[in-house]
Amino acid sequence: MLDGRGAVKRRAGARLWLSGLWLAIVALAAVFAPLIAPHDPLMQDLLYGRLPPFWMAGAEPGYLLGTDSLGRDVLSRLIHGARIALIVALVAGIGTCLIGSTLGLIAGYYRGWADRIISRLVDIWMAFPPILFAILLIAVIGTGLTSVIVAIVVIDWTRFCRVVRAETLNQSQMDYVHSARIAGFTRMKTMLSEILPNVLPTIVALLSLEMGIAVIVEAILSFVNLSISTDQPTWGGMIAEGRLSIHQAWWVLVFPLITLFLTVLSFAQFGEGLKDRFDPVLR
Amino acid sequence: MTDALYRIEGLRVEVADQTRKPLFGAAPRLRILDDISFSIERRSVLGIVGGSGSGKTTLGRTLVRLVEPTAGTLIFDGQDVTQLSDDAMRPLRQRIQLIFQDPMSALNPRLTIGRIIAAPLRAKTSDPRVAAALDNVGLPRGFAGRYPHELSGGQRQRVGIARAIALRPDFIVADEIVSGLDVSSQAQVLTLLANLVKDLGLTLAFISHDLSVIRRLCDRVIVLQKGKIVEDQPVADLFTSPSHEYTRQLLNSIPEPDPSQRW
Repeated sequence: MLDGRGAVKRRAGARLWLSGLWLAIVALAAVFAPLIAPHDPLMQDLLYGRLPPFWMAGAEPGYLLGTDSLGRDVLSRLIHGARIALIVALVAGIGTCLIGSTLGLIAGYYRGWADRIISRLVDIWMAFPPILFAILLIAVIGTGLTSVIVAIVVIDWTRFCRVVRAETLNQSQMDYVHSARIAGFTRMKTMLSEILPNVLPTIVALLSLEMGIAVIVEAILSFVNLSISTDQPTWGGMIAEGRLSIHQAWWVLVFPLITLFLTVLSFAQFGEGLKDRFDPVLR
Repeated sequence: MTDALYRIEGLRVEVADQTRKPLFGAAPRLRILDDISFSIERRSVLGIVGGSGSGKTTLGRTLVRLVEPTAGTLIFDGQDVTQLSDDAMRPLRQRIQLIFQDPMSALNPRLTIGRIIAAPLRAKTSDPRVAAALDNVGLPRGFAGRYPHELSGGQRQRVGIARAIALRPDFIVADEIVSGLDVSSQAQVLTLLANLVKDLGLTLAFISHDLSVIRRLCDRVIVLQKGKIVEDQPVADLFTSPSHEYTRQLLNSIPEPDPSQRW
């Protein structure tokens, strides 16, 4: 799918650059968090509690985005929170993608009983309220990073499965698939070498969307205190804590919210931008 | 009759008519082809003519075993291929090829022309047979690196032909391969096909709704109407003495460049 031919002439849209830029900043922050964070994200200092961000009166130099009610530096916590957010986005996103896409391809191409089983399973799965499902699941398997990732994969594979199955069904009707049969390809080979390249752009776009969703789900689970333990800063956890002191220190809530919003938006836009830019087919 | 490459006897194809399926029970069967019998001689070109919905395309796809026949026998080069499973059919696949009507849909949009031609050969794009196939159909070798959407309709159809002939098949079904092309590309593709048939000793089933095209290329013609053969004649006889009313209608529908000249 990554072919340069079509890309050379077309300009990459602003959305690809802007979203890519933001994701790069988040990724760098996550990787080099201990080096660039101005303070220890866990260090409490009650004398410096609820300091406002730098442009407001009463701000303390060195605390750019202020501190929370326990005196912890908001910026440092944001930077460290990016680690959890990105790990969840990557691992859960890719896991969901692999499981959902594989089942979707099989259901859409082989049809028959495989399709009936997979599709009914998806229908049943999607009837559960997803967040409730995640909360129940984590209550059963316990909290922690792995649990959060497992919960996201278990809930969200259906999204990939549905879309990939529909796209595969579509592609299977094309003559090039018949042509592969006439050429004597096995069904497995036809699926992987003929159909998959045509479904891949959809999968990539969906994957980036899913990464954004994974970040949100992690934040929601942090918000209800079911994600990672409190000694590891997460964006969702910061939002939950900030909510308690919203009238005294709005910045504790607002900055993680903005970060979360921009990251989720960027993931979705990045996928669309990639699809626009690297899909060699002008339909 | 003695040197028939492909013999078709009593072929019937039915599909389930899902639009009239009752709430319970099986859908009624819709008969697409009924009691079709004919044979194709080695190194000859058979024309298959008929209007829309006459079953031409279904017949072509049955010949290459894309559509399962309900009844009848298909005997290819002395071997009964009617009931062969996909696995058993595989060694025969490269001897029987189909050129599709819509070259856009028939070429995988995300593979380069080189890979499209090389894949059935199980070869790399650098294989000399890929270059030879492109030469055969009059496309520059540099096209191997291009994608189908970068080509014109006529060029795409040539790629379809190149893919089919690269395998050196014994028998090719050409399904309305010029109907999507403009007149000058039609002429080019037809000339090309006629030359290839001559040079490579191909046996060809040429499906068309256009009798004037058939006349140029074919030795023998069968005319289909509503899934039945209504006429089976050498091409010269068909144009001079059509025996069936439907054939006469088809002949009369050919636009004449000079109305004073009779066929």
